[in-house]
Amino acid sequence: MGYIPDRELPVALQLMEMLGRPLLLEGEAGVGKTEVAKALASIHATSLIRLQCYEGLDQSTALYEWNYQRQLLAIRARELEGTDSAALERDVFSERFLLERPLLAAIRRSDRPVLLIDEIDRADEEFEAFLLELLSDFQVSIPELGTIKASSIPRVVLTSNNTRELSDALRRRCLYHYIDYPDVERETRIILARVPDISASLSSQIATMVENVRKEGLRKVPGIAETLDWAAALVGLDVRNVRDDPETVHQTLRCLLKTQEDRARLTPEVSARLLGKVA
Amino acid sequence: MNSAPNTTGVTEAGHRMVERLASFMATLRENGFAVGLKESEDASGVLASDLAEHRIVLRAALKSLFSSRRSDWQKFDDIFDAFWGMRGRHRVVHLGSHAKTARTAELRQLAGADIDPGRDAGLGEPLRRGDHDDHEGDAGYRTHMEGASQTEKLTETDFRKISDRQAIEEAHALAARLARRMRTRLSRRERARSKGRRIDLRRTIRRNVCHGGVPIELLWRKRKRKPLRLVVLLDASGSMDLYTSVFVRFIHGVLDSFREAEAFLFHTRLVHVSGAMRERDVDRALERLSLLAQGVGGGTRIGECLATFNRWHARRVIHSRTCVMIISDGYDTGPPETMDGEMRQLARRCKRIVWLNPMIGWDGYAPEARGMRAALPHIDLFAPAHSIKSLAALEPYLARL
Repeated sequence: MGYIPDRELPVALQLMEMLGRPLLLEGEAGVGKTEVAKALASIHATSLIRLQCYEGLDQSTALYEWNYQRQLLAIRARELEGTDSAALERDVFSERFLLERPLLAAIRRSDRPVLLIDEIDRADEEFEAFLLELLSDFQVSIPELGTIKASSIPRVVLTSNNTRELSDALRRRCLYHYIDYPDVERETRIILARVPDISASLSSQIATMVENVRKEGLRKVPGIAETLDWAAALVGLDVRNVRDDPETVHQTLRCLLKTQEDRARLTPEVSARLLGKVA
Repeated sequence: MNSAPNTTGVTEAGHRMVERLASFMATLRENGFAVGLKESEDASGVLASDLAEHRIVLRAALKSLFSSRRSDWQKFDDIFDAFWGMRGRHRVVHLGSHAKTARTAELRQLAGADIDPGRDAGLGEPLRRGDHDDHEGDAGYRTHMEGASQTEKLTETDFRKISDRQAIEEAHALAARLARRMRTRLSRRERARSKGRRIDLRRTIRRNVCHGGVPIELLWRKRKRKPLRLVVLLDASGSMDLYTSVFVRFIHGVLDSFREAEAFLFHTRLVHVSGAMRERDVDRALERLSLLAQGVGGGTRIGECLATFNRWHARRVIHSRTCVMIISDGYDTGPPETMDGEMRQLARRCKRIVWLNPMIGWDGYAPEARGMRAALPHIDLFAPAHSIKSLAALEPYLARL
């Protein structure tokens, strides 16, 4: 599993289980919001169904769609056989021709899957409203088929990057958890858990270093994923102690930074100063 | 009874807990949390469960239940500790962050120590002076800027000229007209139409079932139009005094008729004023705003304010179809490098930057202020805005965005 939560997250997850409410996760990019859902799925040994939101996402890509091509083919084929049209219609709008999209899939499973609705803030407001309705009733009506009720209430995790203000209604529906950048101690443990063959001392050095980089006021603050990449790079280059090899450290540290501006800002002097703070 | 909650047994203690919970929730509400019946139901469930056995766990549970945004999340622990904790019960609880109180407090703070709310001061001041000040040079202007102290504003209040019906109406009519033209934008979301870009397969088949599935009647999907979002950053510093009042009215009109618009005011710092501006009544909106604009003599730190905007607001208020309109004379007291960097950052984010500079309308004006020069390369439209007429001239440009 390898997910190391902050102190309060387990409580939120337990509460989510208890109350059957969705959990809204917010936090800067790269703090591991999506990972929470994955970890949750593996704790409960259930499947993870992911719906990635984007602008213009609509019901037919999120919920269900009829398989039109197959329907047309079926109609053609039956025509040759000469079935009567009422039976044909019943048949064409049956389960066989239904394409399940993530939301429908989630409510039809019986093993209480984890439904991850990723970056809900990217979807439009209309979709959000629709989602709200779905999350309170856990049922969907398909005009041609009738109402489908959830056989088990899925565990819903929503994530948001705050690129748009979410509606109050949605916020109130959900439990809330804000994921911050981890402190040094937790980040050390994360590195140890995720990067193979790394020593405890090196990972603690890396965590301290990254924490200080985050305080430098960069445009794109490195997240945990960047930390892990950097740790893997150092291990790959066979660095045992960051103080031994300031040059390599500086070169690789720049890989944490995703914009030219930030790179320009992190001069060798800055990285030397940051190294100075590492015990 | 102030000790950590303990609910073994649904006895008297249990009753007390529920009572305490109700009053805790009232406290949360006072602090701006949106908690209702559903939450209280769930909370009593939490209190009855084993989550209530440890204080820290209980706090975490209630925190995740009652918070719904980051600001809630950050202040919850303090409120909880103050309420259930060893410290005095009701003393520390009012953090003053209830939406309304917070705003007032902020206004007060911004506006300086003591404001007499009875006086309608501030923004509206000096249009009258504009009549004969027009040709004053750069130097004279700076002097005025430095002298923009609170007392001067308070004593020289003159709303008459701007609350002149005609001017207001003209500004409003203009804003409404701008709004109508700019409201519609293309979006990727589609909806069914009788004519369109793509075939709507679902509806086509449904409609043609009666033809045995042969698609005779076609149904289409068409792009839905999405409104352009307008973000206005208005310079309310001393040097802009002559114009602020007009623009405030203009912005008020814009916010009124745009579904999506945000307004910010800046002088030495940036203030989000959409809330105040949404006040339906113009005069009340102005009153709230004038509080924000008072007591901020001295220079403008445009660069810094833009940095605040980029860091804290841009992500939320700017999307791909956003036009940022900056209304300022460009007299920045900060270093031009900041200005350059922040403008570049902003330009990368939004569709268009329009910079309205009232001084372009002056005879012999050239954008020579350092800040203005630094900003120029990133601006899509640099236009005068010293009169209603020049604002109206913008319309065709904005309509094409």
